[in-house]
Parts: sequence; C-alpha cells; structure tokens
Amino acid sequence: MADRAKRSFAVTDLPGFSTIAILVFVALYAPILIMTLYSFNAGQSVASWEGWSLDWYRVAWGNEEVKKATLISLQVAAAAAVLSTALATLAALGTTRRRNFRGQTFIYVMINQPLMVPEIVTAVALLLVTAAIKKATGYSGLGYLIMAHTAFCIPFAYLPIRARLEGMDTTLETAAADLYASSWQTFRRVTLPLLMPGIFAGAMLAFVTSLDDVVITEFIKSPGQDTLPTYMLGQLRRAMKPDVNAISTMLLVFTLVILSAFFLLSRNRK
Amino acid sequence: MSPAEEARIRDEVKSAWALSAPALIVLALAAVAPLLIVVVYSFLSPGQYGGIEWNFSLSGWAGVLFEHDIFDDALKLADGNLTIFWRSVQLSFVTTVLTFLVGFPTAWFIATRPPKARALWLFLITIPFWTNLLIRTFAINQIIRNEGVMNTLLMKAGIISSPIQLTYTDTALLIGMVYVYLPLMVLPLFATIDRFDMRLLEAGYDLYASRWQVLRRVILPIVKPGIIAGSILVFVPCLGAYVTPRILGGGKNMMIGNFIELQFGQGKNWPLGAALSVTLLIIVTIALLAYVRTISGERKDG
Repeated sequence: MADRAKRSFAVTDLPGFSTIAILVFVALYAPILIMTLYSFNAGQSVASWEGWSLDWYRVAWGNEEVKKATLISLQVAAAAAVLSTALATLAALGTTRRRNFRGQTFIYVMINQPLMVPEIVTAVALLLVTAAIKKATGYSGLGYLIMAHTAFCIPFAYLPIRARLEGMDTTLETAAADLYASSWQTFRRVTLPLLMPGIFAGAMLAFVTSLDDVVITEFIKSPGQDTLPTYMLGQLRRAMKPDVNAISTMLLVFTLVILSAFFLLSRNRK
Repeated sequence: MSPAEEARIRDEVKSAWALSAPALIVLALAAVAPLLIVVVYSFLSPGQYGGIEWNFSLSGWAGVLFEHDIFDDALKLADGNLTIFWRSVQLSFVTTVLTFLVGFPTAWFIATRPPKARALWLFLITIPFWTNLLIRTFAINQIIRNEGVMNTLLMKAGIISSPIQLTYTDTALLIGMVYVYLPLMVLPLFATIDRFDMRLLEAGYDLYASRWQVLRRVILPIVKPGIIAGSILVFVPCLGAYVTPRILGGGKNMMIGNFIELQFGQGKNWPLGAALSVTLLIIVTIALLAYVRTISGERKDG
C-alpha cells in the first residue's frame, strides 16, 4: 500500500505517457524487424512464413547489378566522406575558438545550407547543372555524384568536429606554445590528436549520409551509375521481391555497425 | 586597442576565412550556385523534348498557377497544381501534429528515465533517424500493403474478409510519413525536456494544480522552443518529401516533390519544374524565417 502511494506521487509521471512511448518504440521497430525476418523466408511471399532459408541473400549476392550498385555506393560514400570531412575540419578550425567576426553567420548559413533546402530542390538544381556540363564536356563519370555528395555531407561532418573543438581544453595548446612549439607543431602534435575522435565521428556520419541518399543521386546519376538505394527504388516499378528485403537488411546491418562505432567514439569524449 | 592587438585580430579573421574557404567554395559550386540556375531556368521556355530554349519566357511561372484549356486554349486556374500544393501543405501539417502527439509523450518518457537507461532509449530513437529512409518506407509498406503482414494476419484471424486497401491512399502516406519523420520530432523535444527543471512540477502540485494544469501551464510553455524546432524539422522535409509519397502514395496521390520530378521526366517541362522548385523553396524559407524570428523573440522575452 505504501509502495502504491509513493508511486502515484512520482511527479514526473503523466498519465498514459509511458504507454504511448512504449507503443511508439514497438511501432518504430516492428516493421524493421519483420522486414529482417522475412529476408530469411524460404517462400516467395513477403507475408506468409514458409521456414528459414538464405535463398534471398544468395539471389541478391548473385545479382551482378546489385554488386555493381554496392561498389558504386561504397566508392561515392568513401570519396565524399573523406573530402567532406577534410573540408569540414578546416572550416571547424576556422569558425570555433575565436572571437566573433563579421561574416561568421554567413559561414554558418552556407555550411548548413544543405540541411535547410528541400532535397528535391537541390536535386533539380544539380540535374540542370550536371546536364549542361555533361553536354558541354562529354564527361559522365562518378565525379558529379562525388561532388554533390561531398557538398551535402559537409554539415554532417562539421557538427561533431565543431562540438569536439568547442569542448577541448585550450590549456594544453598554451602549454605547447609556452614550450616553444611552433604553431604548426602545436597543431600537428596537440590539437590534431585531440581532435581525432571528432574527425572520425564526422567522417562516419558523412559516410552514412552519403550511403543513404536517394533523391539527389536519382536525379544526377548517369545511366549505369545506380547506387544501392536508387537500384532499390528502381526495383519498385517491378514486382516487389524478397531479395529487396535481403539487400535492405544488409544495408541496415552495415549502417548499424558504423553508427555503433560512432556512438562509442563520441562516448569516449566524456 | 593597441595597433599590435588590432593586427592580431585582423590576422585571426583572415585565417578564419582562409580555413573556411575550401568548404565554402564546394558548397557554393555544388549547392548554392545551382539554386540560382534553377531561378534562371524558370524564366526560359521549354524545349520540345525536355531541356530548355534560351529565350526569356514567363510560361514556367504562369504554369504554376494557370493552364491552357484543352478545348479552347483559354487560360484558366491550374486547379490540379494548386490542389497538389494544398494537399502537400495539409499532409505535412497533419503529419507534424501527429508526430507531436505521439512524439511528446515519447520524449517525456525518455527524459524521465534514470540516466543510464536514458542513454539506451535515446540510442533506440537515433537508430531509425540514421537508417535509410527508403528502407524504412519499404518496411512500413510491407506491413500495410494488401498482401502485407497486417492484412494477412487480420484475415487469418477472421476479423476482416477482404484486405483493407491502404496503399495509394492518404492514410498510407500519413502513416508512412509519421513513421519516417517521428525521430525528427522526438530528438529536439527530448533536448528541451532534458533541461526542464522537474522541481517546477513539485511546485505546481504543491499549489494544487491538477496534472492537466501542470502540463498545460508549466510544461508546455517551457518546452515550447523544442516544440517549434521539432515542428519545423518535421514540416520542412515533409513538404519536400519525394521517396515516401512515391512508394506509398502512388501516381494519383502526388506531393509537390513528385510533381516537380514529373516535369523533368514525362512532363518534359523544365521551366515549369524549375518554377515549382523555386516556389517550394520560397515556402520553406518563409517557414524557416518564421522559426528564427520566434526563437529570437523568445530569447528577448526570457
């Protein structure tokens, strides 16, 4: 009885909130888990269960188009992650830990611009530009995709790097300078090593963001440049087959591994 | 200020720009300049097989609002286009409200857990946020399709005799968008609730407030910035949504994003597509500016 009275006095409890929250978590994960489960289904159907099998993984693995799309996805994501992280690191060094200056807001707005403009508008804009450049130069390689992905990955790489820089203790750098280290030495031996977890975290977010992109890629890719997401979107026009489940599950697991690494890295910070 | 100090500040500003320059150049080339080109294209006339002709024309912009009658070629209001715009705004608004209604209790729940559990719950919300939107739309589609898990189970249980047709309806689109964008509402809400001083609740109850009064008079006013941030974060991407309506809405239940794409595909009317894109951009900019103004207004008040 005493227990009960105590519980009803928990000030932070609001009636029904916990129930709704639990239902939300169930609703959030049930579709993903069901999709994963059916990727191991033996039958053709995506609704009736006919026993365990790895058939759909075999089908997906044996599909040349899927292999090619995976390769392109990884190439673009790796290039975009490296480039955007390098650019974001420089920009973060330039915009943190100094007094406010004119144009600072302009730089912030520019860096976060890809987060504010609807993706479909950016996609249309890049379609117009790349179509014109393709016509003028005849070049239709992966360069367009890499450039576009680099641009919209910059804010994702920038945020964790900036957060890391702002939380960093400046006394170590002052100590290095007191010991007659040049500013380059201080940067190379003190700032950069301290910043490394932030840089890795930024690179991972950029990589995942690039890997997930559908809309911009769909608009600017040249024929034969399908990434995994655009390949999957294309499959929709045909009948939905369980091998899409298998591909989705693999992509999901891959993203999860990278994200877990990201969370471990950002936890070390504290 | 001494001249030496002034020189030092000048150097600092110079290095700030020099370090930011490479990122700014890439963003200017691959994100900002293309937007200006969209504006230019919206004032050109359409090429016969897609693309554009280089002469000035307002036909793209006229096409946003008006269309030629098929029979007598007279200009009339383009009901279809306006309907799509209006539908998109409505659907985005309803999605925002629904995500708030289920997102607020969720954020509250996470914020009131003990610290260790809180990190875990928060991680559970963040995973869907970072996983592929396309995959999540696929996943929800498999549940609500005619031959999907939900209908199959309900039919097996004998509750319904024929599948509930959800795909290609607004309901499906709403379910999908709430599902996909929910984390964008929960995360900023959590951030504000996390900073909320729970002692205020005790104060409220001590003064004989009911739970409803505490929620309405104490909690909601204080977490308002989080509500606004979450609403903007959901509303803006909803308005420009392309993938979710394409999969769940089908050809008939288009949103602006799909309508824009149509102009560059089958429609072969690039200037109209460009004008529609600029219109969408303007609507989003107004929403963002309103947001910035509310936030800075709040700061002044506080």
